[in-house]
Amino acid sequence: MKQSSRFLLLIGPLLLFLVATYLVPFLGIIRWSVTLPEPGLGQYKAALGDPLVLTVFWRTLRICAAVTAGAVTGAYVVTLLWVRGSPLQRLVVELCILIPFWISVLTRAFGWLALLSNKGLINTWLQSLGILSEPLTLVRNEFGVIVGMTHFLIPFAVFPLASSMRNLDERVLMAARGMGAGRARIFWQVFVPMTRPGILGAGLVVFVFALGFFITPAILGGGRSVMVAELIYLRIFQSPDWGLGAAISVILMAGVGILLAAMMRQVRQGASK
Amino acid sequence: MTVLRPGPLAATLAALVAVFLMMPLIAVIPVSFTPTRYLSVPDAEWSLRHYRALIDNPAWAQGAWLSIRIGVVASVVATGLALLFSLGIWMLQPRFAGLLMGLALLPMVAPPVVSALTLYFFLITLSKMNSFIAYDTWAGVALAHAVMIAPFAVVLISVALAQVDRRIDLAARSMGAGLFTRITRVILPNIRFGILTALFLTFVLSWEEIGVTLFITSVNAVTLPRLMWMGLRDNIDPAIAAISVVLITIVVTVILTKAALERRRARAQEKA
Repeated sequence: MKQSSRFLLLIGPLLLFLVATYLVPFLGIIRWSVTLPEPGLGQYKAALGDPLVLTVFWRTLRICAAVTAGAVTGAYVVTLLWVRGSPLQRLVVELCILIPFWISVLTRAFGWLALLSNKGLINTWLQSLGILSEPLTLVRNEFGVIVGMTHFLIPFAVFPLASSMRNLDERVLMAARGMGAGRARIFWQVFVPMTRPGILGAGLVVFVFALGFFITPAILGGGRSVMVAELIYLRIFQSPDWGLGAAISVILMAGVGILLAAMMRQVRQGASK
Repeated sequence: MTVLRPGPLAATLAALVAVFLMMPLIAVIPVSFTPTRYLSVPDAEWSLRHYRALIDNPAWAQGAWLSIRIGVVASVVATGLALLFSLGIWMLQPRFAGLLMGLALLPMVAPPVVSALTLYFFLITLSKMNSFIAYDTWAGVALAHAVMIAPFAVVLISVALAQVDRRIDLAARSMGAGLFTRITRVILPNIRFGILTALFLTFVLSWEEIGVTLFITSVNAVTLPRLMWMGLRDNIDPAIAAISVVLITIVVTVILTKAALERRRARAQEKA
């Protein structure tokens, strides 16, 4: 009795807090999705049958796939230097990862506007050099969204990659070298396969994060390449259709839940090996 | 060992990625000095008008002050709750620790937009009962931020606890120390650094939070990120470039100072 009352005193407050502020209201969202504007599963049917919503889902998946590929590749290269480079290389890479990591999503999205918009740095320079007569449209389209999101997510991909590169058994690399493998061969046939769990982990983290992205697509997509999260915002605040917004949220939450469960299984299997 | 160091090709590619990472942060600097009222690159004339606007327009200072207040309240609430929770899990090792941890981390792993909608639902429901912790009030925002940042505090404090040697706690217990004494005299001094880190990180996360804030505020509780968002949406206000330069300068200064201090400490340890 004494044990369990202490237990509740320590663990209880945060759990109560989250149940009251998060779990119960989320049940409210589920209720919205099946009662507004009328009871039933109509909103789910509408969401999955509406070509506009399906376009947005499809676009979201496409952008997330591109961002995942870009962010994991970019992160792999910098992590390689961060983990195995010379002390100077390590310091420079660490600063280039940490500084953007601590800067807010708004500032970073704005930085890309400053670079990519019609009157931004890139277009101004290319035009003053006479290479372009008309500005290139680099932003307020899917390209801008992909660039901005990749930039945001690279630091998040670095951490899982770094841990798999640090935990790797150095002797295997030495053995490959001792048996006469060249640098390229050691990298592609030994090093990369050995860091596969890190690559998968980083890919899942980036993909799950990217699915719910809202601010970067809203600013860099300029309303033209709407992703799922922005669609929810629009359905709640601009063309009020709370039931549909809630239904899309529940679908998104379920999708992320499935991916996370897959990730947990992966981790558990990796641990048991 | 030399063979296993990254070669020039890897170094070149990494340098390109590093440039990619820093480029947008550097690009805001010239834009912030533009003399025009729209986003552009100054060519002949450089102007400080957008920095002056940050001072002349009281909205910026008000937004920053509101964000600081919300950040302090939210990070103290979140870190406090997370500390109790993590201590409970560490000391008592309950059977469903994994499940309880999963629940505690939910707001961190759920898509931010779903959390935003959930907290919007929560706050408009509360608005019907009181006008203090409600939609579009500073207390409502602080509460919502506390929900969003608490999981990060749980992670940091649990990591700090995992490094504490259980035997010192067992020793204290076997010598008759009660739960309260064990926590305040034995465990807390050992995870001091973790708690401070949690406070700092959660404050920063609240300070720059925008996804949830966008859903739960309109015209009264305008935090600094919310104000920036309004300047970014339709006609891009170059004052955003000026405030961005200020924010980037703060982050870079803190990170460089920390790196320098760590280096100096490492050197002092080498000598000793």
